[in-house]
Amino acid sequence: MSIDLKIIKHISKLSRISVDEQKAHKLADDLNSIFKFIEKLNELKTDNVEPLTSVAETTLKLRTDEVKSKDIRDQIIKNSPQDNEDYFVVPKVIE
Amino acid sequence: MSKNKSDYLINRKDNQYEVVIGLEVHAQVTSESKLFSSSSTKFGAEPNTQVSLVDAAFPGMLPVINEFCVKQAIKTGIGLNAKINKRSVFDRKNYFYADLPQGYQISQFKDPIVGEGKVILDMPEGQKEVGIERLHLEQDAGKSIHDLDPQNTFVDLNRSGVALMEIVSKPDLRSPDEVSAYIKKLRSIMRYLGTCDGNMQEGSLRADVNVSVRVKGSKELGIRCEIKNVNSIKFMQMAIEYEANRQVDLIEDGKSIDQETRLFDTKKNETRSMRSKEDAHDYRYFPDPDLLPLEVSDEFVNELKKNIPELPDDKKKRFIDEFKLSPYEATILVSDIETAKYFEEVVAKMGKNKDIKLAVNWITGELFAVLNDKNLEISQSPVSAKNLAILVNLIKNGTISGKIAKTVFELMLDGDKDPQKIVEEKGLKQQSDPKAIEALIDKIINDNREKAIEYKQGKEKLFGFFVGQAMKVSGGKANPQLINEILKKKLQ
Amino acid sequence: MSEITKQSLSELVKNIKDKNLSSEEVTKAFIDRSEKSKELNAYITENYSSALENAKKFDQKPNLELKLPGIPMAVKDLFCTKDIRTTAGSKILGNFVPTYESTVTQNLWDEGAILIGKLNCDEFAMGSSNETSFFGNVQNPIDKSLVPGGSSGGSASAVAGQLTPITIGTDTGGSIRQPASFTGTVGLKPTYGSCSRYGIVAFASSLDQAGPMAQNVKDCALLQEVISTYDPKDSTSIEFKRNEYSKELTNNIKGKKIGIPKEYRVEGMPKEIEDLWQKGIEFAKDCGAQIVDITLPHTSYALPTYYIVAPAEASSNLARYDGVKYGFRSKGENLTDMYEKTRSEGFGDEVQRRIMIGTYVLSSGYYDAYYLKAQKIRKLIKNDFDEAYKKVDAILTPSTPSSAFKIGEKKDDPVSMYLNDIFTVPVNLAGLPGISIPAGQDTKGYPLGLQIIGKAFDEQSILNIAYAMEEKIKFKNKITDWWIK
Repeated sequence: MSIDLKIIKHISKLSRISVDEQKAHKLADDLNSIFKFIEKLNELKTDNVEPLTSVAETTLKLRTDEVKSKDIRDQIIKNSPQDNEDYFVVPKVIE
Repeated sequence: MSKNKSDYLINRKDNQYEVVIGLEVHAQVTSESKLFSSSSTKFGAEPNTQVSLVDAAFPGMLPVINEFCVKQAIKTGIGLNAKINKRSVFDRKNYFYADLPQGYQISQFKDPIVGEGKVILDMPEGQKEVGIERLHLEQDAGKSIHDLDPQNTFVDLNRSGVALMEIVSKPDLRSPDEVSAYIKKLRSIMRYLGTCDGNMQEGSLRADVNVSVRVKGSKELGIRCEIKNVNSIKFMQMAIEYEANRQVDLIEDGKSIDQETRLFDTKKNETRSMRSKEDAHDYRYFPDPDLLPLEVSDEFVNELKKNIPELPDDKKKRFIDEFKLSPYEATILVSDIETAKYFEEVVAKMGKNKDIKLAVNWITGELFAVLNDKNLEISQSPVSAKNLAILVNLIKNGTISGKIAKTVFELMLDGDKDPQKIVEEKGLKQQSDPKAIEALIDKIINDNREKAIEYKQGKEKLFGFFVGQAMKVSGGKANPQLINEILKKKLQ
Repeated sequence: MSEITKQSLSELVKNIKDKNLSSEEVTKAFIDRSEKSKELNAYITENYSSALENAKKFDQKPNLELKLPGIPMAVKDLFCTKDIRTTAGSKILGNFVPTYESTVTQNLWDEGAILIGKLNCDEFAMGSSNETSFFGNVQNPIDKSLVPGGSSGGSASAVAGQLTPITIGTDTGGSIRQPASFTGTVGLKPTYGSCSRYGIVAFASSLDQAGPMAQNVKDCALLQEVISTYDPKDSTSIEFKRNEYSKELTNNIKGKKIGIPKEYRVEGMPKEIEDLWQKGIEFAKDCGAQIVDITLPHTSYALPTYYIVAPAEASSNLARYDGVKYGFRSKGENLTDMYEKTRSEGFGDEVQRRIMIGTYVLSSGYYDAYYLKAQKIRKLIKNDFDEAYKKVDAILTPSTPSSAFKIGEKKDDPVSMYLNDIFTVPVNLAGLPGISIPAGQDTKGYPLGLQIIGKAFDEQSILNIAYAMEEKIKFKNKITDWWIK
């Protein structure tokens, strides 16, 4: 399975990371060598194997329905790159 | 039980088209805190004041599931006659948007908590069964506000992380009317269970509507389009009509239909294609490694089953059996739990010798008219069940006539006054003493001897004249039944 | 009493409890040494003045019942520390100051420890040499221009260089054990679910674990006691009876069965590693343990499996770094543009590479062939260990396929870099505990480590085996202070 520029451009769109031509070429090379190494997994037949769901040997613990978090808006917004105290502000999506 | 009895068709010159509809309803779970965090879920708070570190996806934050939300989902599944999956898995649905702080939504993909079920609709042409495909739990997203600033979008994460139940129907719906009935039924069931308040104005209930068309009689499904995020029944109906016609027009023109996501424009009343999101559908679902599979025991489910309240279909049966209501009346009264509760309270408070039919008429007639007029829910009724019961009893035992009761009712609206008191204060008791009425009637007949003779000679319409006179003379208080009886006797 | 910074944790604790030393003296000593050690570049953020104040406060009202009374320490910059910058070695969190504390670090402060700074690491814990940090490479105290290993490179370097008596790192594929091996120190990765992940910048959720790093096994055991607690804020945290590991530490391992897996003898393995392993086997026998040959048949598939699972989870965990709520934001013409610029400028090359791999293996059409397959093979790998543990109590292997390499040597060859983790990765995939102890030196004099892998929740056994072997090995780390100004 060879990874070409088209695939790189597609993945970069999905992961919201911009790539220029040069970067795309390098990524394609890197990914191809990594995937060649990963291809080894095809040697194994795994049709009848159940996938691992978790190594944590426990069941999902359920939490009581209580409001524990208070209004911490200033803490939440404190780190935001924009100045607004009430909202997160982002550039518009183009529709 | 019919499946396709609806005759909603799109007609063109040579062809008739059937519309096939499936709904994905998103219902906000009624709970104190969110699905995976302990922030409040109250509607209408100041922006970003109900957001925890987990909700805002800060580094190192982890989800912990709310037990009550799990119970609410299972209860809803029971109400939908559905299979409860004791083992279910939470998956991440990965995509980027400003109101999705984690960059993924925790949802359920391959193993939802509830499987197949069904819902029965009462349609004019008979009952219709609509299949439920599945119900799963997922996080709601925050809100993006686009119109506060020309360059920017403002994001409020209060809603981010609130528990949603996504209820997917099978493509069994065939008309806008069926869609309306389906949404109302779902809403009713969830309100009975207390699992979702169904308040569409507050966004507690919204739906993605999948629409396709096919030539009548065809067994194959056409290409479907999904109309996203419709938040009122009226808009759903309008969207379906528009979309079905749009698709039919394309087919008639020999064009093909693109499978796509569309939005309903509420100003233009049309659907339009969303900006083509090139990779919109590659959500790269995988089991959330921060959560383990959810496992519930038989005891857990059975405990919930035991405590399920009487649901609409059962309540309707009981109302028909116990109170001898007609199916039509029963359907109206059970359609909303608050209405059913109100009705049963009225019946209980009427005590012995109750006239249930009369109570039904008053609720579905006068009371509903007032609620509609003032845009109130029955839970906000200006007249309490207790007092309505008293009013109905007053009519039943002859204290007042039905006509006078209407006047009393008007006066009750202001502050839920006790009708008994109103009747006494205003002296509205009807005259039910036969002797007094006889005397009254004798006088009227005496004063109108010619008309009496004309009546006896065959002018039957004059009966009304005498009734009218009796009413006038008695100030409307004479018992109409007695008037009738005595008049008949006297005018023989 | 030896020089303060040369003392082990146990010695320091005893001296503070016996009032031979004050917290202020100890803290000042480590701060002074750290200030002279800038060339190692082990620190991203220094917390010196606050630390001194806290030390003074401790001395005014010392609580000597605590396990880490007034002990200064630095921690890996992956742990969110309240009001102190936490960067994960990345530009995208370069200015991020958490308003909350991770559970593991809170446990440390609750037992009296004092934070002196945040330690350098590979960006988002992705790396095996601490060469991917936005804040520059870390030097290995063993020799100039040597990598300290990664991703907890700053941590290992700081411990080996005695800038901090102990520290905690995180281990996803070997990030505690491999740098411990490269720097001649001890590093423990606990059983998955033993330490809470709450407040730790997530890399790969089903693999990440915090763990202690120190100069000897006893110090690690004490630290493990402090940091390992059940945390309901982490749904993968496990409730089990946790030992007082340092109290129950013993060098008596008579009769313990130690497995030697033949599949760890990889093709092209340097002779020195094989020799070290044999030496380890002899030491173990000397301690009274029984050596058993075992097989872990799916070992060779562990590394490729890891390089599907870890990037997949990381690609999703790192989606939150989008410039909206916190961290670095690049100006964009619209939302998508903002995301793309922020992430391509904010993330380094290795992180971007792994996000791309992860996105690809989860994408439509490839999920079954890659991610699902990897999770199945992971099941087989875990089964291998379960089978082996029917016959043995622990497993002995080398920690790394070589000693520390030169900075820049493997930077351009991702696969060659990934091969560093070949012995450590299976342990994370199976969720088991593993410890690396220094066991010898190669011909260049650089340290080599041996790894002991245990049964789930049996940290005590591997600590005991490590403790017994450490005594026999008598490893002396050759630190010359070449970097001290």
